[in-house]
Amino acid sequence: MVKIHERKFVSADPDKCVGCQVCEYICSWEKEKSFNPLKSRIRVVRLNPLVNLSISCRLCEDPPCVAACPRDALTQSEETGMIMVDEDKCNGCGWCIEACDYGAITLHPEKKVVFVCDLCKDKGEPQCVKWCPEEALDLVTADVLAQKARIAATKKLFQEALKTAATS
Amino acid sequence: MQGYAGRILHVDLATGKTHVEPLNEAYAKKYVGGIGLGMRLWLDHSKAGVDPFSPDNPLVLTTGPISGTVWPTGGNGHAFVAKSPQSYGVGEAKSHGSFGTELKRAGYDAVIFKGKAEKPVYVWIDDDSIQLLDASDLMGKSPAETEDAIREELGDYYIRVAAIGLAGEKLVRIACIINDKTRAAGRTGLGAVMGSKNLKAIAVRGTYDVTVAKPDEFMEFVKEFHERMKGPATQKYRTLGTPENVLVHNSLSCMPTRNYNNSRFEGAEKVSGEALNERYVAKIIGCSSCAMRCEHICVVSEGPYKGSISRMEYEPLWAMGPYCGIDRLDAIIKGMELSNYYGMDSISVGVIVGFAMDCYEKGILTEKDTDGIDAKFGNHEALVKLIEKTGKREGIGDILAEGVKIAGEKIGNGAEKLGQHIKGVEVTGYDLRCLKTAALGFAVSFRGADHNRHGAYAFDVKGKVNRLVAEKGRGKMVKDMEDVYAMIDSLIVCKFSRGTYYKELEDMAKLYSLVTGFTITPEDIKRAGERINNVAKLFNIREGLRRKDDTLPYKVMHQPITDEGSAKGAYVSQAELDLLLDDYYAARGWTKEGVPTTEKLKELGMDDLIPIAEAKLE
Repeated sequence: MVKIHERKFVSADPDKCVGCQVCEYICSWEKEKSFNPLKSRIRVVRLNPLVNLSISCRLCEDPPCVAACPRDALTQSEETGMIMVDEDKCNGCGWCIEACDYGAITLHPEKKVVFVCDLCKDKGEPQCVKWCPEEALDLVTADVLAQKARIAATKKLFQEALKTAATS
Repeated sequence: MQGYAGRILHVDLATGKTHVEPLNEAYAKKYVGGIGLGMRLWLDHSKAGVDPFSPDNPLVLTTGPISGTVWPTGGNGHAFVAKSPQSYGVGEAKSHGSFGTELKRAGYDAVIFKGKAEKPVYVWIDDDSIQLLDASDLMGKSPAETEDAIREELGDYYIRVAAIGLAGEKLVRIACIINDKTRAAGRTGLGAVMGSKNLKAIAVRGTYDVTVAKPDEFMEFVKEFHERMKGPATQKYRTLGTPENVLVHNSLSCMPTRNYNNSRFEGAEKVSGEALNERYVAKIIGCSSCAMRCEHICVVSEGPYKGSISRMEYEPLWAMGPYCGIDRLDAIIKGMELSNYYGMDSISVGVIVGFAMDCYEKGILTEKDTDGIDAKFGNHEALVKLIEKTGKREGIGDILAEGVKIAGEKIGNGAEKLGQHIKGVEVTGYDLRCLKTAALGFAVSFRGADHNRHGAYAFDVKGKVNRLVAEKGRGKMVKDMEDVYAMIDSLIVCKFSRGTYYKELEDMAKLYSLVTGFTITPEDIKRAGERINNVAKLFNIREGLRRKDDTLPYKVMHQPITDEGSAKGAYVSQAELDLLLDDYYAARGWTKEGVPTTEKLKELGMDDLIPIAEAKLE
């Protein structure tokens, strides 16, 4: 099994994401040579002007999408944790789409098989991360996300103390 | 012809019939897209002298060749064109967000709405399937509520919607068309035209690919512009935003205050961009495909307006703040939120309230007329109440909903002179008495008072000319800026990004060529910009506008600045205006009456429109 410290996925910082959809355009361009968010592996949600986030595959442990596929078309790479779709087996039934809590799997509008983020493995790095104008996207492990959260929480807790330290 | 979808959709709201025609390539090259293509299509599909609220006034919705691509700020634009119920000439307004990109993916460069639906409808554009659906349940809802309701009804949460609010339904002449909940095609009252057609909303889902002619070079160019957008050219928009202008304009005495009674505001510090960012800006967000981000979302977290949330820019802030003598940002944010709720051009909203306050202070309107509202300058409660009344056409609001020109005429008793407008369209936040290049730009602007048709204020504000002097040479300066601005609104890129086009025309030509596959030179771009200004002029001429309409608001010409400072005593005399107009018309190759000559139209390849000009040349 892959070590938790090595499994990296694309994650958006909700404080930084502005909902500009550049990631969607870049992804569909990279993967399909067209500008079409429906063909993007990362999708943006804007609930209201203040609430924006882009979401792609989180490389779950024990991924429900894989478990949900009745045709064994989805498998998870032991090495990277990535979800791989066997396009010959997939018939577009959509069980995996329903199983994913994050809406990270989508049905291709023309090929009628599902697709999911592959971290642009043939390019060496996710292109959305590279292009994000806000630097809101990051290729991280769950552990690093937890580290960042801890640091942010601690900073908040010690807000006053840090202010004093900065001015003294 | 890549970049373009290659299709124009016709929707007859009376019969429900629709059809698609191919986009004529010559039109694409000549009028580009956005407002340029829109104005040309409007001329083709209307008759001279049509009433703005007649079913025969088509409402044209366009995208641009860049729409739908990842081009920074350019991927997301759309524009509306129709005859304006304010100016009775060109009505056009552009907006950004995510609506335009969706319409492009649905496969349309333009949609032409004709006729009037028997009952309220909304048009559902689902790629090739076009349906007119019942909107009776949506009536009275705000554009944002309408968007939510349509998404719920159709069961697709990525549908994009452009809608009118109650103001548009009630033919308030400053009604706008709002997309993506907070973005407005704001000026010239096109929401009222939409309302007159019983068209509550346009909902779009587009699933087709958008591609460009030269993909690799295009993406290289995109990358370069992403870098430029991080630089100084966009810094203002990314940091304080346009409200930065408050203190700048105030220091130059060029911020019209209390309905042009003053040119500076003693409360400027309180409503400055600095104060806004410090206290109210919760997040700065971006449009689809933008690499800059400018949308300052403000939240009021305490006091009487707690819970108000809105985007804020200089113009609405100025209009509802200094122009009404109001120094409270929380009330201004509330006013902006209400403008969006009812679907009204927030600039005009503020100018109308400022006008009403001036009438009230001068005794032309009394408390009896205002239904008990103490409409003194500076009364923020009056601002909020008057906006609500205008949006609903209730009481005094029914008159104010006509805009300051018609309202002034209806109220009479001197109110005619208190309504500050050009061609019936309310002024914007530049005191034209002491910005004389801007004054010319505003006077000749084909959509009435506006800073966005030329940006000529930049010469004055940045000190590139003596702003207090009217002199020859300003005509060409305004003309050149107008041509570039017309291209910006026809390609549809964002004006906030204009500084990133370091080589202006050359960069635009390269962009347009890479997207479409046409071979376009900088000279072609300049020509297209000039052509679009000429088609706009012909639109106005056909509808009866003349040199006398290229004028300035009453106070700009008759009430010199009284505030102490370098601009004291400044105003624009008729002689100065005449000098500026003569110079401008000459630079344009137009007659002294401001009519394009046959030679000019031939030179621009507009031979088919010569009859419009010829009828007026004699």
